[in-house]
Amino acid sequence: MTDTIPAHPAAADDAAARDTEAGNATATIMASVTVPGEVIPRVELLPVAVDLLRSLWQEYGPLMFHQSGGCCDGSAPMCFMAGEFITSDQDVLLGSFDLAPAGDDPQPLDFWMSAEQFGYWSHTFLSIDVVPGRGSGFSAEAPRGVRFLIRSRLMETADPFADPATVIPVGPDDETTPEAA
Amino acid sequence: MTVYATPGSANAKVTFKPRYENWIGGEWVAPVKGQYFEDISPVNGKPFTEVARGTAADIDLALDAAHKAAPAWGKTSATERAAVLNKIADIIDANLELLAVAETWDNGKPVRETLAADIPLAADHFRYFAAAIRAQDGDHAQLDGDTVSYQFHEPLGVVGQIIPWNFPILMAVWKLAPALAAGNTVVLKPAEQTPASILVLIELLGNVLPPGVVNIVNGFGLEAGKPLASSPRIRKIAFTGETSTGRLILQYASANIIPSTVELGGKSPNIFFSDVADQNDAFYDKAQEGFALFAFNQGEVCTAPSRALLQKPIYESFLSDAVKRTSLAIQGNPLDTATQVGAQASNDQLEKILSYIDIGKKEGAKLALGGERVDLGGDLTDGYYVQPTIFEGHNKMRLFQEEIFGPVLAVTSFEDYDDAISIANDTLYGLGAGVWSRNGNVAYRAGRDIQAGRVWVNNYHAYPAGAAFGGYKSSGIGRENNKLALGHYQQTKNLLVSYSENALGFF
Repeated sequence: MTDTIPAHPAAADDAAARDTEAGNATATIMASVTVPGEVIPRVELLPVAVDLLRSLWQEYGPLMFHQSGGCCDGSAPMCFMAGEFITSDQDVLLGSFDLAPAGDDPQPLDFWMSAEQFGYWSHTFLSIDVVPGRGSGFSAEAPRGVRFLIRSRLMETADPFADPATVIPVGPDDETTPEAA
Repeated sequence: MTVYATPGSANAKVTFKPRYENWIGGEWVAPVKGQYFEDISPVNGKPFTEVARGTAADIDLALDAAHKAAPAWGKTSATERAAVLNKIADIIDANLELLAVAETWDNGKPVRETLAADIPLAADHFRYFAAAIRAQDGDHAQLDGDTVSYQFHEPLGVVGQIIPWNFPILMAVWKLAPALAAGNTVVLKPAEQTPASILVLIELLGNVLPPGVVNIVNGFGLEAGKPLASSPRIRKIAFTGETSTGRLILQYASANIIPSTVELGGKSPNIFFSDVADQNDAFYDKAQEGFALFAFNQGEVCTAPSRALLQKPIYESFLSDAVKRTSLAIQGNPLDTATQVGAQASNDQLEKILSYIDIGKKEGAKLALGGERVDLGGDLTDGYYVQPTIFEGHNKMRLFQEEIFGPVLAVTSFEDYDDAISIANDTLYGLGAGVWSRNGNVAYRAGRDIQAGRVWVNNYHAYPAGAAFGGYKSSGIGRENNKLALGHYQQTKNLLVSYSENALGFF
């Protein structure tokens, strides 16, 4: 028995189309504020990303994001099983999402970035989108023929181009591991 | 100029099979779960073959084959292995056009590059390591009159290699050649964006390699890459890719206590000192080309000179000339030998590049050239083409700090030498860099002061076998392309021999 994955699955196109239609049942999810001392969220999930993540959650269980830098598939958010990627003091928790529809049990999903990279990214707000694509390191969505993608705009409040040296790396709290968050 | 026929059409240099299985134990083996995925040509955005969607079970089969082959291959003499590598090089040379067209169709890069660089370099790389392993000696030391320490190189055994999609054949060869020369057997996972061309090559090689010495399992990172990288049955994992997966790979390696070499990209500065423009001569022309090389391979190179640093006195004039130079680059059908800029390797890559062009504009960078997707029309209308794009801005912009992996250049100015080095080193990465000056002292000092593993001085984007390649900082660990790479695939065996008849005297 064989089963071939199409290059550009209809599911992704449908999801993108749904996203733009009025009355889409899925709403954008804004992350909670997790960077100490801050009051404004830094990252959001667009509806098409929410739908995909809920579907991936059903397949794999709890998930996490780590924003990648560098090379081929990099400069893009990597979706791993929660706890698969070991974060450390060298990472910043940019925000935490709850994927669960209202009233359901929480489905927490953390969004991480290396502290070094955050030094250069801190002035931008990130929206997580989904596009048809192929391949993405070890990210979970690749077999679906789609790829998470970051869209960015400037933060209204952050110093746009602060010297990275002045941005204090903020590691995870002892109690805020990806598994426990 | 030549336009090569589309693979599979009449007169084509290569016809892909409709479907490729995994290459395990010297033969095609269907994936255990029976699943395949479509391989899309970026040239026209259309699928052209199906490739096995390997999983942990297929990786296990490949590891079985590699382990079976390892003892005998590891015991072959360097002479025998070198002969095999030289045969591989000869086969690559004899099939230059076939492999070049296959590579172009799978990746989207211009055939002028695959004909002149990717494929000839791949052949030469095998020859280099054939020579290097023949020339490698062990060490010995006479520690005292009766005690001699002998050091032998031994293969690690079975190694895993995960290959990127930007130079699918050449990057595989960069990893395969030292591993095979050193006597290891390999399980290799190509990138899921470009899985086919390496399979065309392995089929050409047939049984030049003993069965099981090289095994290729295709599939997605999570489903095939992870089981390979985390397997306790490999003695080393080599990876080229991005930083998050690179950290995961190192994490898996630490769990198995095995070595790992990772090459994780860059944001390479290309520095032009004022004296470059002292004369409008051949050297100035060369420097202008060096600037425009950001669009080489559509910018899909880990060492792409994606930040240009121009000294203030020549900023306006040099940039103006360079923008004009870049605007003359011919973008078109990658199978046309006149084409200089081809297609991005995948749709998500195209989308990512466009998203970075967008943030560049939002950050206030000034667009000096390009900035748009290109529709080449006709059969190529759905291909993934982006104009060579030049932005002016400053080094704190994300445009200057992220590896876009597209034909997008960020240009800024600098005052003096110290300013140049400071900007050049203000990055997470340290893979490549370029320095251009007519003053040898300045060029030398800059080359040494830039924190990067490869600094091209008065040239760029040359990758000759023999010149060590690898990263500082977040660009990774290890060196390829040089005999140093043998050390990443070898154990050191020390035999400490006493030639004395006398007891030690402790007991």
